[in-house]
Amino acid sequence: MAIQLSLRVAAVATLVATPLGIAVAWLLARRDFWGKSLLDALIHLPLVLPPVVTGYLLLLMLGRRGVLGGWLADHLGIVFAFRWTGAALACGIMAFPLLVRPIRLSIEAVDRRLEQAAGTLGAAPWKVFSTITLPLALPGVLAGMVLGFAKAIGEFGATITFVSNIPGETQTISSAVYSLIQTPDGDTAALRLVAVSIVIALAALVASEWFARRAVQRLHGE
Amino acid sequence: MLSVDISKQLGEFCIEASFASSGRVTGLFGASGAGKTSLINMIAGLLRPDRGVIALDGETLDDVADRKHVPAHRRRIGYVFQDARLFPHLDVRQNLEYGRRMNSLADDPVQRARVTDLLDVGSLLDRRPGQLSGGERQRVALGRALLSKPRLLLLDEPLGSLDDERKVEILPYLVRLRDEASVPMVYVSHDAGEMRQLATSVVMLSRGRVSAFGGTEILPGSLAEVSARA
Repeated sequence: MAIQLSLRVAAVATLVATPLGIAVAWLLARRDFWGKSLLDALIHLPLVLPPVVTGYLLLLMLGRRGVLGGWLADHLGIVFAFRWTGAALACGIMAFPLLVRPIRLSIEAVDRRLEQAAGTLGAAPWKVFSTITLPLALPGVLAGMVLGFAKAIGEFGATITFVSNIPGETQTISSAVYSLIQTPDGDTAALRLVAVSIVIALAALVASEWFARRAVQRLHGE
Repeated sequence: MLSVDISKQLGEFCIEASFASSGRVTGLFGASGAGKTSLINMIAGLLRPDRGVIALDGETLDDVADRKHVPAHRRRIGYVFQDARLFPHLDVRQNLEYGRRMNSLADDPVQRARVTDLLDVGSLLDRRPGQLSGGERQRVALGRALLSKPRLLLLDEPLGSLDDERKVEILPYLVRLRDEASVPMVYVSHDAGEMRQLATSVVMLSRGRVSAFGGTEILPGSLAEVSARA
């Protein structure tokens, strides 16, 4: 149950965060604007803050009595607190810096002279992005998704602080392992989950390495 | 008819150029560092002049005083770069089709066949740019620019990155292009020999300024130029 929930939480977190991550990565890689370093710092904040702090801030903002959370619940019927969607949100935010970084690097690596050439052939800026920049950066996007997914699946501190540890609703692999370790005779079950997370993590690393290699080949046009 | 009257400060270097040409191939001739590439980048719309006007066939592309600047993708000006700049993730066929797709032009098999024949790239269609030689790449880049149906074709030292053997291989294609394709061209080079073979009128550029304008007889080493010096 925890494995399935973890996979769902991480998948939703990654899929929702990816388009946003691509947009932010493109802004950081290709545009100069006021507040750029602030945006950069803000994105990286979850990486350096204690996860519990991020979770607590989410609770303050998006909890049922939170500023935003109350409004969302009253007007749109959207509730994050103590729901699996809240777990996905917490994981998405924690994974975001890891997701953005490879995408940003791969967009920066796309030769701007190719984008210029596309422009002279009549491609409007957004078409240049969708037909040249994004396809050439795609391996980086996939690598970022894999990394973000791996981070999301292992997230613990922010998730447990924000949405607690409710079996079947918000109990992910990490919080399940945590609970099992605290239970007498829970070791065997805990170890099983540990093995599963090792497999998932390894698969993610191998996949991201493979995408990175593909990226090089792609840029050389072979 | 292309008319240019601009100035642009680039660091310490200043370009101040003014000329008008309606020749089939306008040669932009000068030593490296004379500002040739910056000048055609301005014609292409990739670089904005600080002052002045650029117009093509009566349409104003840049008018700084009037704050007018038509972006590169709306100029319909083709550009063949020294380094080809083929899209590495697309095969030759897709590279050739790119301009037509971006401009939403109707498929034109006749023109496609003509350009493919003219440049002899029919056997390369399924290859990726990484699998092409330097000369082949340049031919595909020429075809790609032509098939976007430009009103003007800019060529920035298209032979510059090739060795002498390859140059001899490409030059005839350029001559055919001049004589058979009905697109006016601006040809940039520092090689007087190339210029003489291709250009119908020549703009000489030195240190950012136009130093002479005329026929190919103004090129260094030509008969008229030598006798004028003597």
